[in-house]
Amino acid sequence: MTQTRRLRIFRGAHGAGELREYTVEAGEGMVVLDAVHRIQAEQAPDLAVRWNCKAGKCGSCSAEINGRPRLMCMTRLSDYPAERPITVTPMKAFPHLKDLVTDVSWNYATHRRIPPFTPRAPDFPDGTWRMFQYEVERAQEFRKCIECFLCQDVCHVLRAHGKHAEFIGPAFLVRAAAYETHPLDIADRRDFLKADGGIGYCNITKCCTEVCPESITITDNAIIPLKERVVDRHYDPLAKLWRALTGRRTG
Amino acid sequence: MPDIQTHEYDVLVIGAGGAGLRAAIEAAASGASVGLVCKSLLGKAHTVMAEGGAAAALATVIAQDNWRIHFRDTMRGGKLHNDWRMAQIHAQEAPDRIRELEAWGALFDRTPDGRINQRPFGGHTYQRLAHVGDRTGLEMIRVLQDKAVHAGVGVHMECTIIKILVGEGRAAGALGYYRESGRFVWFRAGAVVLATGGIGKAWKITSNSWEYTGDGHYLAYDAGAELIDMEFVQFHPTGMVWPPSVRGILVTEGVRGEGGVLRNAHGERFMFRYIPEMFKGDFAETEAEADAWVTGDRSRHRRPPELLTRDVVAKAIVAEIQAGRGSPHGGVFLDIASKRPADYIKRKLPSMYHQFKELAGVDITREPMEIGPTIHYVMGGVRVDPESQMSTVPGLFAAGEVAAGLHGANRLGGNSLSDLLVFGRRAGLAAAEFAGRQGRGPAVPEQELGAVMREALEPFERADGENPFAVQAALQEVMQTYAGIVRDQAGLERALAELGRLKERARRVGVTGSREYNPGWHAALDLRALLTVSEMTVRAAAERRESRGGHTRSDYPDQDPALERRLVVVRREGDGMGIRWEPQPAIPEELRRLIKEGA
Repeated sequence: MTQTRRLRIFRGAHGAGELREYTVEAGEGMVVLDAVHRIQAEQAPDLAVRWNCKAGKCGSCSAEINGRPRLMCMTRLSDYPAERPITVTPMKAFPHLKDLVTDVSWNYATHRRIPPFTPRAPDFPDGTWRMFQYEVERAQEFRKCIECFLCQDVCHVLRAHGKHAEFIGPAFLVRAAAYETHPLDIADRRDFLKADGGIGYCNITKCCTEVCPESITITDNAIIPLKERVVDRHYDPLAKLWRALTGRRTG
Repeated sequence: MPDIQTHEYDVLVIGAGGAGLRAAIEAAASGASVGLVCKSLLGKAHTVMAEGGAAAALATVIAQDNWRIHFRDTMRGGKLHNDWRMAQIHAQEAPDRIRELEAWGALFDRTPDGRINQRPFGGHTYQRLAHVGDRTGLEMIRVLQDKAVHAGVGVHMECTIIKILVGEGRAAGALGYYRESGRFVWFRAGAVVLATGGIGKAWKITSNSWEYTGDGHYLAYDAGAELIDMEFVQFHPTGMVWPPSVRGILVTEGVRGEGGVLRNAHGERFMFRYIPEMFKGDFAETEAEADAWVTGDRSRHRRPPELLTRDVVAKAIVAEIQAGRGSPHGGVFLDIASKRPADYIKRKLPSMYHQFKELAGVDITREPMEIGPTIHYVMGGVRVDPESQMSTVPGLFAAGEVAAGLHGANRLGGNSLSDLLVFGRRAGLAAAEFAGRQGRGPAVPEQELGAVMREALEPFERADGENPFAVQAALQEVMQTYAGIVRDQAGLERALAELGRLKERARRVGVTGSREYNPGWHAALDLRALLTVSEMTVRAAAERRESRGGHTRSDYPDQDPALERRLVVVRREGDGMGIRWEPQPAIPEELRRLIKEGA
């Protein structure tokens, strides 16, 4: 069962360009990425688009579909009314390269700045540890992140205010939470999160949680607990006094 | 030189999946300067899609497991065609590589006493796969990515290598282009490690992404290295079949590992009828026994036949479909809903649940999946030294799927992720040593690099040339039709003739637009590798007149004892493809006994 669908795709380079309309034969179950590929193969071979797994596992094909940040491979054409065109544009929070492709290198540079995983000494002389499933599961939610950067794209601190230099964005707060909740990790990232990480910029509008294709509860489970830890460290008057008196760090 | 960026490294690693990352980490740890080339963005390589787990005889669940049993399973699964030494090294070193990954931050699922849990998988005597739900690859690649980045590895993203330059009888470096700018880049190196993965994009129904165009296979061949086993291609038994747009997408073997069963249109669990002679006695013979294994005591019951090796299961599915007992969309049914409670399925197979729900509108906790075979993996590839992973070209190494030997005629599920770690590490170590000993590769004359670049830009001169995507699609059709799961002489000869015509068409493809991020141009350049690996597969498949593991011939349906442990070797001879037979070294008596009699 095929159906004719219209797609309006942003074509152009380095921010300059226009929406161009294409018509494509759509088969059953087709997703937006399939339609983009068909246009590429049959009508516009130089149409730039990133993709890899086509199954929501690699996070490469991020774009904005009718203005909403989504993975093109997990968005079915049939979710949109057939009579209206579907608009596909590149992510807005990153510098535009060409067509649907943006320069996401800032994310990789930002990732590198997070203090890395630092394990406690092994529990046993053979160099191994014991961890329990319930401990592991707490961290696993954050480790589902496929680095699609849709949460970065939707976050107004980055998207509207361009605070890329001051704020690492929800994706890397999730990564920090993955380290912080790792049962073996002993690094202290609170100073990093407050200063370099700019966690205070997040005002909990939860847009990131809404667009996460992995359904990570970014705001409630990652960001808010991190904010609490930072606040405990920096604004607890008793702890402050203790540090001043003893020169030692607390909890 | 104009229009070309230059970098120099002791070790250049091409490919940033598990093997490439592990090689880069090891080379950097031995003090080498390391460059890492990713065809996509970092962290998006195929490893990220691996689902089921990494096989290693950790013996955390079944205490009597050990490397000997893992070795035996690997050799039997590979139909005794494996490089015995690689299979031994792999089985012996895999547990350390997994524990090391944990020390670097990987969080595997746990046993009740807090150790790394292990999952049952096809062809493995005991439950042996370290896993993280059904997203083990994602966990592995993130941990390796972190480790590599903090080890100071120079990462070059969205960069495709088109040529390995050779001089003074050794690898000198590699030339490629950045997708973003279309500009060329020359990496001069002391040693080069290929970790480029497989060739699955040469077929139409595939679980592989756009990257899997056989780049490393082609680059090694072009550089004069030998390749072996190219006739052995793995069809994963369970790919999605419906809707058409998702055809080929992988459904993890973990579904069967967790108790999922295969049924035909009559509701029959048909795998009981397909247990091969070699495995008689190792598998459950009744549904009751198989079910008892799933939910009960695994030491007293035998495994369900759904956990036979992938080659056996894939062929059984094809036979059922051909006999008219297939599902409505040309597959068979994979059912876990009737075997496990919904919350268990969602916990152990979350991404499968999500994938079917979103893409097919199927709730796998309530209804069966429709599945069928999909191209998944190539056992064949660059011939390497089992200890160092060096190819027959000095200074050129290969690890992971692009290298051959470990898996023989058929790979066991779970042995790929451990392969990447074990042999990625060894390749990185040996490459760093080679570069330390031999120094930087020889300088390459400018005109040699210039000629490669000019050739790469030729498609732009044919703006009215044929569309490269059309040629790619035609190639996939040919390979799917004539070099698929079941082959015969007439079909393979037809394929060879068709490939000849496609080569002509490939010479005439044209592209329009600029060099910046131009997928048409990228596809045009990938065609050379795709056509070459397809030809290798077809020629080797025509040569091997028997059926063994991942290579099935309808005109030679049986294993031929005279061809046991004999290799089809492919090597470039001028502009032509040279093919010859060669016996493998004999398996030492002690290990042979192990394989035959058990540990």
